[in-house]
Amino acid sequence: MTDLPAAPTPKRLGLVIDVDICVGCHACATACKEWNTGGYHAPLTDLNPYGKDASGVWFNRVHSFEFGRGADNRVVHFPKSCLHCDNAPCVTVCPTGASYKRAEDGIVLVDESLCIGCKLCSWACPYGAREFDSTEGVMKKCTLCIDRIFNENLEEIDRVPACVAVCPVNARHYGDFNDPHSSVSEMTAERGGYDLMPEMGCKPTNKYLPPRPRKFNTGDTGAPAVLEDADPAGGFLGWVDRMLSAQP
Amino acid sequence: MHPAYSLIFFTTASGLGYGLLALMGFFAALGLMPADRVFGFAGFAVALGLVTLGLLSSTLHLGHPERAWRAVTQWKSSWLSREGVMAIVTYIPAGLFALGWLFFETLGGFWILAAVATAVCCALTVYCTAMIYASIAAVPRWHHPLVPPGYLIFALATGALALDALLRVFGHPRLEVSALAALAVIAALVVKLLYWRSVDNAPARADADSATGLANSGVPGGIVRLLDPPHVEKNYLQTEMGYKVARKHAAKLRRMTVLFAFLVPLVLVALTTVLPAGAAAAASVTAAAAGAFGIVLERWLFFAEAQHVVMLYYGERAI
Repeated sequence: MTDLPAAPTPKRLGLVIDVDICVGCHACATACKEWNTGGYHAPLTDLNPYGKDASGVWFNRVHSFEFGRGADNRVVHFPKSCLHCDNAPCVTVCPTGASYKRAEDGIVLVDESLCIGCKLCSWACPYGAREFDSTEGVMKKCTLCIDRIFNENLEEIDRVPACVAVCPVNARHYGDFNDPHSSVSEMTAERGGYDLMPEMGCKPTNKYLPPRPRKFNTGDTGAPAVLEDADPAGGFLGWVDRMLSAQP
Repeated sequence: MHPAYSLIFFTTASGLGYGLLALMGFFAALGLMPADRVFGFAGFAVALGLVTLGLLSSTLHLGHPERAWRAVTQWKSSWLSREGVMAIVTYIPAGLFALGWLFFETLGGFWILAAVATAVCCALTVYCTAMIYASIAAVPRWHHPLVPPGYLIFALATGALALDALLRVFGHPRLEVSALAALAVIAALVVKLLYWRSVDNAPARADADSATGLANSGVPGGIVRLLDPPHVEKNYLQTEMGYKVARKHAAKLRRMTVLFAFLVPLVLVALTTVLPAGAAAAASVTAAAAGAFGIVLERWLFFAEAQHVVMLYYGERAI
């Protein structure tokens, strides 16, 4: 049903994305595509993949932004996928009940067998989390890899979303935001995890961790604030120093 | 937003159709409609024909038109679903209204109830259509208090022009209908001008800083700029939400909209009051056609000028 769950969901599963350490390698986008083109929403259609005007369905895309000026100017790689919002407008606009938010864990899903492909949910989402599959005629979106995270055929260590499993720098984390002691809750509290576009009122579950202040001086990094003396007094180097200094 | 022809045709044709149907009901309730079978048939054929064609055309943009029936199930939360329900419900009083008029040639007693119910249902259906757009916060130009009144008044204006034209063509001119058509066109022009002024001067609803959250991250910095898009070719989001063609010609198209949707019909309707019957009929038909064409332009702009906040992730600064 396209009403949002009446009560707060007992679990709120989602992701923490640390844009401070993301290196923009696009591995999460590729791993997502690889898993999901054989998963719940299979296939993630590609049109004209090797020709001009290639296009296709992706659940996760990595944008690169630049901000700040001068010495503080920086590039931030910014992976974006469905935020599994508490107040998901993509769910309530759905006329057929295909788009729904799970009452048990808050994951937002599309039941393809009910979807008429009206695209209204993709209009309602401020974040561009939903992409229409023109060959299948239905809307598709990130499932938080429900076919991995609850998959008992996988070893427990692999029961995380594909994008989290693949990230080479640990910039993506998966967990339950309703558990105050989960890693995602602790990281969010500690690093000031924030919502994207809070003014849209969607109350996203996923949180982004901000870039940390830049360290300009050696002392800021934990290294000795002053490096080795370049003007030794005695010994062989002192003699070399004196000899060279004496030259005009 | 991408202006899908099926949606432009649906919203304008059904707007005209529901406007015409509602006014036939309204004026019948006031006792101002001739119980003329031929005129009645023409009126219902145009109104229900346009509504039905519009509804069918709206299913053309669906990925799975054969599942369209499912769209009536979620009326508790979805304005699109409510529109579907109201569109179907409207056929019931409209059918009864047509039955009384066309078979019994009577517009009194019970049939008046059907006429009034038809008018109410038509207004509710158009309101639901408007709310589909007005409820989408991610498109600030749609999420605007003047959008529902706009849809209602444009439906009323195009419907009134059509009713005036039909009455004159079938030899039953009614000054009340011409006057209402002129008033509705003026009101529609006022609503549209106020809407344009408001959306053009509205502060941005969101910007790249809030979309990424980076500017508020505590790092001394400046505005957020897109350095590299996620991919080199356009994706679905960009073709569906990133439509730019109309904005290039927006000013010109707005002037054409004002001319065809409002000024031409207004002058022609004024002329019908002084012209001989034949010329007046021709003028009123031209007014209805110009109005309908102008509203198609208006609707095209409504889609094409609307920006979606997702484009903040694709290089737009503020929307």
